Amino acid sequence: MAKRIDVSALTAYYGAHKAIDGITLHVEPASVTAFIGPSGCGKSTFLRTLNRMHEVTPGGRVEGKVLLDNEDLYGQGVDPVSVRRTVGMVFQRPNPFPTMSIYDNVAAGLKLNGIKYRRSELDDIVEKNLRGANLWNEVKDRLGRPGSGLSGGQQQRLCIARATAVEPDVLLMDEPCSALDPISTLAIEDLIDKLKTEYTIVIVTHNMQQAARVSDRTAFFNLAAIGEPGRLIEVDATEKIFSNPSVQATEDYISGRFG
Amino acid sequence: MSGTTVPADEEASRGPAVGRVALRRPRLPGWSLAALALGSVAVGTGVGLVARLDSRGQWGLIAALVFVGATFALSASVEGRRHAVDRLAAVLVWACFIVAMVPLASLVWETVARGIPGVSWYFLTHSMNGVLSWQEGGGIYHAILGTVEQVLLASVIAIPLGLLTAVYLVEYGRGRLARAITFFVDVMTGIPSIVAGLFVLSLWIMMLDFGYSGFAGAMALAILMVPIVVRSTEEMLKLVPNELREASLAMGVPKWRTILKVVLPTAIGGITTGVMLALARIAGETAPIILLVFGNNMINGNPFEGAQSSLPLYVYEQWGFGTEQAFDRAWAAAAVLIAFVMILNLVARGIARWKAPSGGR
Ligand SMILES: Nc1ncnc2c1ncn2[C@@H]1O[C@H](COP(=O)(O)OP(=O)(O)O)[C@@H](O)[C@H]1O
Ligand SMILES: [Mg+2]
Repeated sequence: MAKRIDVSALTAYYGAHKAIDGITLHVEPASVTAFIGPSGCGKSTFLRTLNRMHEVTPGGRVEGKVLLDNEDLYGQGVDPVSVRRTVGMVFQRPNPFPTMSIYDNVAAGLKLNGIKYRRSELDDIVEKNLRGANLWNEVKDRLGRPGSGLSGGQQQRLCIARATAVEPDVLLMDEPCSALDPISTLAIEDLIDKLKTEYTIVIVTHNMQQAARVSDRTAFFNLAAIGEPGRLIEVDATEKIFSNPSVQATEDYISGRFG
Repeated sequence: MSGTTVPADEEASRGPAVGRVALRRPRLPGWSLAALALGSVAVGTGVGLVARLDSRGQWGLIAALVFVGATFALSASVEGRRHAVDRLAAVLVWACFIVAMVPLASLVWETVARGIPGVSWYFLTHSMNGVLSWQEGGGIYHAILGTVEQVLLASVIAIPLGLLTAVYLVEYGRGRLARAITFFVDVMTGIPSIVAGLFVLSLWIMMLDFGYSGFAGAMALAILMVPIVVRSTEEMLKLVPNELREASLAMGVPKWRTILKVVLPTAIGGITTGVMLALARIAGETAPIILLVFGNNMINGNPFEGAQSSLPLYVYEQWGFGTEQAFDRAWAAAAVLIAFVMILNLVARGIARWKAPSGGR
């Protein structure tokens, strides 16, 4: 089930470089939260601290707390592998596994974890998640073909199906539409709207209209200067951010006066 | 050279109308190059005859130089300087290619031409037991058996070691230890095969007091094989996009399973090719085999006990006898060895093509 995220005083480093500083915010369960802000302000970094992918980068280090329904992801004895099974992720560039068929890509999370499923069970899971990702009708006749043979938009929906197949509680999306054409983008936005009943969704986007269309709450990040760490400027209901933000910098950014 | 023979339209483009570039330029027709080649050969032959040069190689060299010069001059005057340089570069690349191919092709040709007549079913299925150096007959069954067993044993040792080392270096290795391992792999790459043989000889046979055996040879071959496997596997693993690792990790797949199920399968084609090339490389090693396997005229199917033979060693021995019959056997065995290596290469290519990730972005 969708879970609530409470982040407090979160700071992340790449080696000695502090990329984000002192971020405190909460994400409502079963809703869509959008992260906006200029490039390099640490949106991706912050997103990756939410499922402990940040520490995969050499030198990656995190201070602070991330509570998932009151359980600290960075607490003692927490297994990052279990965290990632609970908090799924979709990347900026579609990245289906090139050695696997469409079917195997969707089943990858289950198969790679070495859990044995009966074929009929697996068939059901694959169909359910491909339907969930609005991709079933396009690929049902070629499930055995390689996933890398699909178009970019289809590949991204395949990646979403792959991420949802392991039944996470939270879905993180890092600019999932930035490599896609407008029609594929609309397909993904429809999908996000549908998924938010079951998942807590956090999406990074550079597209203001997209943030306004899909999200319930919006967080604006910014950095004081190049080389400075990124900070959370404000987070609020999306209508409020886009109509009447509390901070001048947010209004400047949204209206295109900088960034 | 080209400055004095600028074609009319180029001159026009340099005129007052700055920025006007001709899109069409005159090109040399294909037959003109053929004509130039024929002319150059004629000049080479003529000069060779007049100057009474004995070597046909010198004639050819003169013809080649004339051809290069004439092509450049003609192309520069008709097509302009850029095309002339392009043609010059093309001719040089082709010349280097031919120079590189001549020894290779003649080696294969010579071996096959001299060796094939000696290869028969009898030759492949009999040993040298009781055959004297000046006698006809005999065969290489014992040598093929020895080579296959020694190469297999060497691979059983070297492939897991090399693969695991490469996986460590690419997926886990950071800092001091990784740098040290990389350094030692580099050093191992440069070890001469005789030194690897001497190392195993002093350790295994002289200190630990084991006898000559195929296994002793296989250990030396493994020492030679490990760095090749490590290097090629490392390169292939580095080619696997990081995004694939992250995609797998982000689904809560543990790192070791990610490596086993995502990274290695993605790179498997290239890894196999590298391993096969390493196999082909050690299959032709002679020095450590002389030191450690010793040589044997009889069939010994047990690589752990007693002297064996091997194909390169067999060639070396037969050549040493110096008789007509032994020469024939040496050539035939060499042809079989080349065929063996070629088959390994073809298998490697087949696997690489079969396993290559299909589709594309
Ligand atoms: N792998 C990395 N190693 C070192 N620094 C990084 C790495 N990835 C990002 N950074 C730095 O962290 C900061 C935030 O980057 P990022 O999170 O990618 O920003 P955004 O996604 O908002 O564009 C930038 O200053 C960037 O240079
Ligand atoms: Mg980013």
